[in-house]
Amino acid sequence: MHKEFLMGNAAIARGAIAAGLNLVAGYPGTPSTEVLETTAKTNDGSIYVEWSVNEKAAMELGAGAAYSGARSMVTMKQVGLNVASDPLMSLAYIGVKGGMVILVADDPGPISSQTEQDTRHFASFSKLPCFDPSSVQEAYDMIQEAFEYSEKYHTPVLFRPTTRVCHGYASIEVKDKDEYKVNKPEGFIKDSSKWVIFPRLSYNAHIHIEERNVELSKVFSEYERNIITEAGDKGCRRGIATHGISYTYTMEALRGKSAPRVFKVSTPFPFPEQAAVKFLEGLDEVLCIEELDPIIERELTYICGKYHLPTKILGKLTHNVKTAGENTCATVAANIAEFMGWEKPAAIEAETPPALPVRPPVLCAGCPHRASFFAVKEAMKGKKSVFCGDIGCYTLGNAMPLDMVDTCLCMGAGVNITQGIGKIEPDTNCFAFVGDSTFFASAITGAVNAVYNQADMTLIVLDNSTTAMTGHQPHPGTGRTMMGEVVEKVSIQEVLKGVGVKTVETVNPLELSKAIDTVKRVSAEKGVKAIVFKSPCAVLIKGNKPAVIDSGKCTSCKKCIKTLGCPGIVLRDGRVTIENSLCTGCGLCSQVCPFGAIGGGEDAE
Amino acid sequence: MQSNILICGVGGQGIVLTSKLIAATAMEHDIPVMSAETIGMAQKGGSVFSFLRLGDDIYCPMFPEKTADIIIGFEPAEAVRMLPYLKDGGQVVVNTHPIMPVTATLSGSDYTGNEMLDYLQRNVKNVVLVDGNRAIEEIGSPKVLNMVMLGAAVRNGVLPFSVDDIEDTMKKTVKPQFIELNSKALRYNG
Repeated sequence: MHKEFLMGNAAIARGAIAAGLNLVAGYPGTPSTEVLETTAKTNDGSIYVEWSVNEKAAMELGAGAAYSGARSMVTMKQVGLNVASDPLMSLAYIGVKGGMVILVADDPGPISSQTEQDTRHFASFSKLPCFDPSSVQEAYDMIQEAFEYSEKYHTPVLFRPTTRVCHGYASIEVKDKDEYKVNKPEGFIKDSSKWVIFPRLSYNAHIHIEERNVELSKVFSEYERNIITEAGDKGCRRGIATHGISYTYTMEALRGKSAPRVFKVSTPFPFPEQAAVKFLEGLDEVLCIEELDPIIERELTYICGKYHLPTKILGKLTHNVKTAGENTCATVAANIAEFMGWEKPAAIEAETPPALPVRPPVLCAGCPHRASFFAVKEAMKGKKSVFCGDIGCYTLGNAMPLDMVDTCLCMGAGVNITQGIGKIEPDTNCFAFVGDSTFFASAITGAVNAVYNQADMTLIVLDNSTTAMTGHQPHPGTGRTMMGEVVEKVSIQEVLKGVGVKTVETVNPLELSKAIDTVKRVSAEKGVKAIVFKSPCAVLIKGNKPAVIDSGKCTSCKKCIKTLGCPGIVLRDGRVTIENSLCTGCGLCSQVCPFGAIGGGEDAE
Repeated sequence: MQSNILICGVGGQGIVLTSKLIAATAMEHDIPVMSAETIGMAQKGGSVFSFLRLGDDIYCPMFPEKTADIIIGFEPAEAVRMLPYLKDGGQVVVNTHPIMPVTATLSGSDYTGNEMLDYLQRNVKNVVLVDGNRAIEEIGSPKVLNMVMLGAAVRNGVLPFSVDDIEDTMKKTVKPQFIELNSKALRYNG
């Protein structure tokens, strides 16, 4: 063993490697992304690593590997599990041979997600065991145990950290290489009575799963991570039940206190019922401190009913803990103080600070998406139109002054949402914007649907040749894999033509007038047509020399600022100025300036 | 002993690297360390913070309000934003150079940074002002602002390390050709 300073996601990856991981697949999504990235970075070549086209593909790949006796892991964020839920639900019935851990990172807040959904629900829904780590060290240790349980019970298991565990760093004890487990897969052994799902098999599997989960509830009651910390004050008849990062906030709040009793639930499913009964013994009231949904609270309420226990269970359902958003040290300390009747932490008395500048996320200086949105906006000026957005950096196109994202729902949804709007409002120019990675992940079926069902719409693919939002992962259009191979790219244009889109044009959005003309011409056609705006992510390329403002020509009309909202153009003492540290010399502003006052942007040598 | 350190500023200023360097120095001295920072939608230009905790018996990397021993503010308004975390008697080391948000350019905000510095000086006994812009001009590289700030913070004795300790770790992490520049920045005392 030795010590290392690791991010939670890196610790999970390293733990999985120490457990003899053979294959990992996933789709990027904050806060899960670094698990797969760390595996790839640490890989000595013995582990197969891939960014799959989406979470469903990753899940099926992981299942196939685990059928063959491999230890496999699949990684995704919580909304990714929605995409992978079809294979998940059936896989729960089929089970696995090698250990399979499904890593799903939840995002209380939410900080960078569409929903505050709780994967612990998916555990009980799919009847799969679930592990919920509370710290970086525990995540490292627990993922190794998760593989053991998975293999022992021949079932995939869910591993559910939350953002603060995923992205927290800590100095932790990790294994040396010679302590790693080595797993040599036996290979796939044909047995259609085992691997082919049929109603008869499902019926028998259902009986088996229910029996197994009763057993697992007993096993988990003895699991050392479902711990009860006794109160020093034996007369205290109150308790706190908690989990994950909230457990650490609780322990911080209880520093130096002799009460109450604390129950840490590390396996929300199957719920450790016997341990819970032991925890509840002699308690009058229990406060459940949870993030996302009141899972522990409902379980304890049920157990109190089942065992006729007089304990009152409090939490989100009783409005003693806030129903939405993430917990913090401060909210948990306040919840506990109120529950225990302790003096509340004093409110901070301070002079009200001056108005603080707001720094919302914006498209980067030089981002080609800004040019794409602006081109469509110009082309559609004065026309009735709707702009359906999607998931990625380009969701930020909704901000002023661009204001070019009218809807955003989930991965790939924009294509068919705009189709739906068009069916009800036929006089509207319908647009869907989708990024290149999202296109491959889940917009292709939408495009087929739109073509076949006679939609009238323009599909705009914003192709910056990377998955930018999550930190620049490759995808089928980039021509490289996580194993370091250079492979043939899958062409977005050919895919679109292949599914029946008649007009597919490609244009560089930074050539503004050409881009605007293309949008005008193509969008006027009937049916489904597509424009691929192709220009690389500004973060990944060496930019040109910054733009230069000719102060003799600049009238300070601020059109560049008011129409583009680029962080590379600022007002200094009333003058329009280029922020040289940010400007990439993309040239968009010089094409917008009505006085020809912006030059520069030549190739940097 | 525990130390709670809060580093804050604007994305792109080198805050995460600074946090990593302190953590690495703690590791060198066998001091347990945890940290947490903004990741995700905070790109260049967004508010960025890093919570860092050193010492035994730490459960989580985040610490509650009024418990930071020191706030290292790379930008005046960001230091004010995080000020509720400072403990009574805690120290603020702040760069005096403001960074305008994009929204200020759009809305015509009159943010200058001075109002934030005045506020800090009125409300915190122990404020160290660092003219970060002058420092990077004199040293000759905008990339060493984080070392200038870290050097100023360490010199004031709130962290359990010396400038030499930080320098030793820095030498192990940066490329050889940048060691001299970074040393100069760490020891800059303008």
